[in-house]
Amino acid sequence: MTAAARLREDATRRRLAALGLPEGGAWANAARRAALERLAAMGLPVRRDEYWRHTDPATLNAPEAAAAELPDGAAPPAFDAIDSLRLVFVDGVFAPERSDDPRLAGVEIERLSEAATRDIHWARELYGTLEARGQDPVARPFAALNSAFATDGALIRASAAAERPVALIYLRESEASDAILHHCVKVEPGASLTVLEAGPGAARLNTVLEVEVAEGAAFHHVRVQGRDPARRSVTHLFGRIGAAARLKSFTLTKNGALTRNEAVLELAGAGGSAHVAGAALGDGAFHHDDTVFVTHAAPGCESRQVFKKVLRRGATGVFQGKILVRPAAQRTDGYQISQSLLLDEDCQFLAKPELEIYADDVKCSHGSTSGAIDETALFYLRARGVPRAEATDLLVLAFVAEALDEIEDDRLRAEVLARLEGWLTRHRS
Amino acid sequence: MVALDIEVREGVDRETVEAVRSVGAYKYGWETDIETEYAPKGLDEDIVRLISAKNGEPEWLTEWRLDAFRRWRGMEEPTWAMVRYPPIDYQDQYYYAKPKSLSAKPASLDEVDPKLLATYEKLGIPLREQMVLAGVEGAEGAPAAARKVAVDAVFDSVSVGTTFKEELRRAGVIFCAISEAVREHPELVRKYLGSVVPPTDNFFATLNSAVFSDGSFVYVPPGVRCPMELSTYFRINAENTGQFERTLIIADRGSYVSYLEGCTAPRRETAQLHAAVVELVALEDAEIKYSTVQNWYPGDEQGRGGIYNFVTKRADCRGARSKVMWTQVETGSAITWKYPSCILRGDDSQGEFYSIAIANNFQQADTGTKMVHLGRNTRSRIVSKGISAGQAQNTYRGLVSMHPRAAGSRNHTQCDSLLIGDRCGAHTVPYIEVRNATSRVEHEATTSKIAEDQLFYCRSRGMSEEEAVALVVNGFCREVLQALPMEFALEAQSLVAISLEGSVG
Repeated sequence: MTAAARLREDATRRRLAALGLPEGGAWANAARRAALERLAAMGLPVRRDEYWRHTDPATLNAPEAAAAELPDGAAPPAFDAIDSLRLVFVDGVFAPERSDDPRLAGVEIERLSEAATRDIHWARELYGTLEARGQDPVARPFAALNSAFATDGALIRASAAAERPVALIYLRESEASDAILHHCVKVEPGASLTVLEAGPGAARLNTVLEVEVAEGAAFHHVRVQGRDPARRSVTHLFGRIGAAARLKSFTLTKNGALTRNEAVLELAGAGGSAHVAGAALGDGAFHHDDTVFVTHAAPGCESRQVFKKVLRRGATGVFQGKILVRPAAQRTDGYQISQSLLLDEDCQFLAKPELEIYADDVKCSHGSTSGAIDETALFYLRARGVPRAEATDLLVLAFVAEALDEIEDDRLRAEVLARLEGWLTRHRS
Repeated sequence: MVALDIEVREGVDRETVEAVRSVGAYKYGWETDIETEYAPKGLDEDIVRLISAKNGEPEWLTEWRLDAFRRWRGMEEPTWAMVRYPPIDYQDQYYYAKPKSLSAKPASLDEVDPKLLATYEKLGIPLREQMVLAGVEGAEGAPAAARKVAVDAVFDSVSVGTTFKEELRRAGVIFCAISEAVREHPELVRKYLGSVVPPTDNFFATLNSAVFSDGSFVYVPPGVRCPMELSTYFRINAENTGQFERTLIIADRGSYVSYLEGCTAPRRETAQLHAAVVELVALEDAEIKYSTVQNWYPGDEQGRGGIYNFVTKRADCRGARSKVMWTQVETGSAITWKYPSCILRGDDSQGEFYSIAIANNFQQADTGTKMVHLGRNTRSRIVSKGISAGQAQNTYRGLVSMHPRAAGSRNHTQCDSLLIGDRCGAHTVPYIEVRNATSRVEHEATTSKIAEDQLFYCRSRGMSEEEAVALVVNGFCREVLQALPMEFALEAQSLVAISLEGSVG
């Protein structure tokens, strides 16, 4: 056995020893057992794995979550000002008394812990299914671990155009909470839904969001991770996009010791569209990793990946993005850009933007850049009387604008922008 | 352009056209009937010792080889490249093959077996000290525009001979077979061999370190601009024989050398192994230009046979302001696994990589470069053009790494892929690692197919579909073709057209 295989086996054994498979109804038991088998077969990641070269999984593998100082509670979580249906989770446990009444016209909302006790449920077809599909060709062990051990989360089914977004608010009250949340979203043909996510969640948070967007449906996802320098999170978004359906996801990350956001999207029906974007702002001990895998499996689809990172004082940004175009996916339009702005000398940006293309009638491009702030632009602004700090902020905002533009809703974009500006003000040099 | 030769017009002899078609596009698929002396099949310490003894090597080099061999036995063949091939039986190969007529080293080119000379003549590489005019045949005695090219010809495991040695010696340039350099210039070989690609580097480089038989050696002394282009022509002739050449080029302070490399092999049903190592060392202010036209036998239309090309090429820009430029046109080989790289160690040093990789039928190419920026204000540029046709897979794989010390460095990478037909694949796997804030790295890549309107434009002006494709593809590759020395540029241009024959319509 190689050294890496031994490490993997060891890490997996130690982690599994600390976890017990939850008991539920027939469908949940079957899904959890299957996920555990997947996890046991692939094992937890080690540094030698191709997609973990730049992110050390040790703290995510550890049986116990390391304690993380609580964030100062002064600022309200994001999206407070947005009219939404709020579902509040405290340290990974649903808090009905702090949440809104989960009734929304055309939308069915249930708690995973309750639905899992039943023998039959619509989520049976979705829970763990997209996660399992997303394991090939690249293993995503923390997602399999999530499907096996998650006890809480939201199951949302939209059969019409939802009039308000559903907001998943993650609060944190414990210093060493270790939370696993699993959400399933099904957007029925022609329906539309927006899901918001905000808050620190736990000292160590593992979330999976599985989204099935049926023919002609639309799903929007806007997420703000932040205000919590010591937090560690590993998140997965699995999306399957049907014919003429749309999925858009945007994430703003501010600080956090370690964040790994994976998006695994499959364009399964003709004429579908998938956009995934992110802006990450990190200062100091900040490690942020975006790992994106977009598969074009049907003809005439469009995909965009837009990722911007602003790094200060030793922060690290990682981007691993792939566009896979299968032979059937003629007339594909794929675009991917990953850029980072290194504001201080000791920051680093590690990127692997990949294309894998098996169809000839395609238009695919990717770009990746990294560098310091443009001194000429800075000089221009300063020559016009803008102080250095403000001029820098302006250039940073201009830099991340392309990612922000992926948020369609004006109010949501304004809310995210306000958060971003707040961070810049707090982290001026 | 060769495509013109086979166009079907009224009045053109059909038979000729069919004959050309049936032979396929590969022009160099014939073999030379020559008596060959082999080392026994397989690989063990005795074979390593035998190769070393055949070359009359000193003991340190024999030990160096044996160390590499022992290490190699414990290594695993890499699997990360996007290439698929049946397992290679390393014991079912000959590691040394030498034409019998070369058993006594010929004192001069006049003494070389005429069959060998004829072979190179037929390949278009005359081993006579003559003026060669760029790309135009029969240019002997041509006037002022003529340029000289010195050639080292490697046939299976041995060097046949090197031209213009005397004239180069007068300029202080050493250009000879590496086996000869080991004997004549041991101090240089010992100092630099393995200093860029250590014997421990990777599976294929370690194998090469153990069994390399011949290759070229170049040393350009300080301040010397090499008076002519240097060139090595590699020919695999013997069956079931691997070729393991080793090239070492040292450009001392302030010197300049341009080096060309060409390679071909006969058509055969079974695949053949080629695992070379090329090491370049550029000291202060030195410049090396290294151009390759790789045209190993690519296998037939069904994917049978062809060369497995596993090559480690690396340049060490050791001195400040040194510069290395790699240019490659990869049209041959069934499998290509090749990443000519630059270690930009000296401050203000520069690395450039220009590549055209064409994969047709069942060819698989996984090729690219590594630019490792260690020194301050170092610059690198990568231009890669990948073309896939038939059922071929073509991958660009590259690394750009900016170390913390490499302040103020720059990289620009452009890799474009072109797909011809809907059963091939084009892939891009770049690694970008930036570890300081003052460096700028830019990477852009596109994948597309040949635009219908461009084809239509050419067709409406009377071009055949193949000519139109060749023209568009040549335009697509222009930036790289322009980086080649003139002699090669013309050859490469027609090679691009030939390699794609039969890929449309």
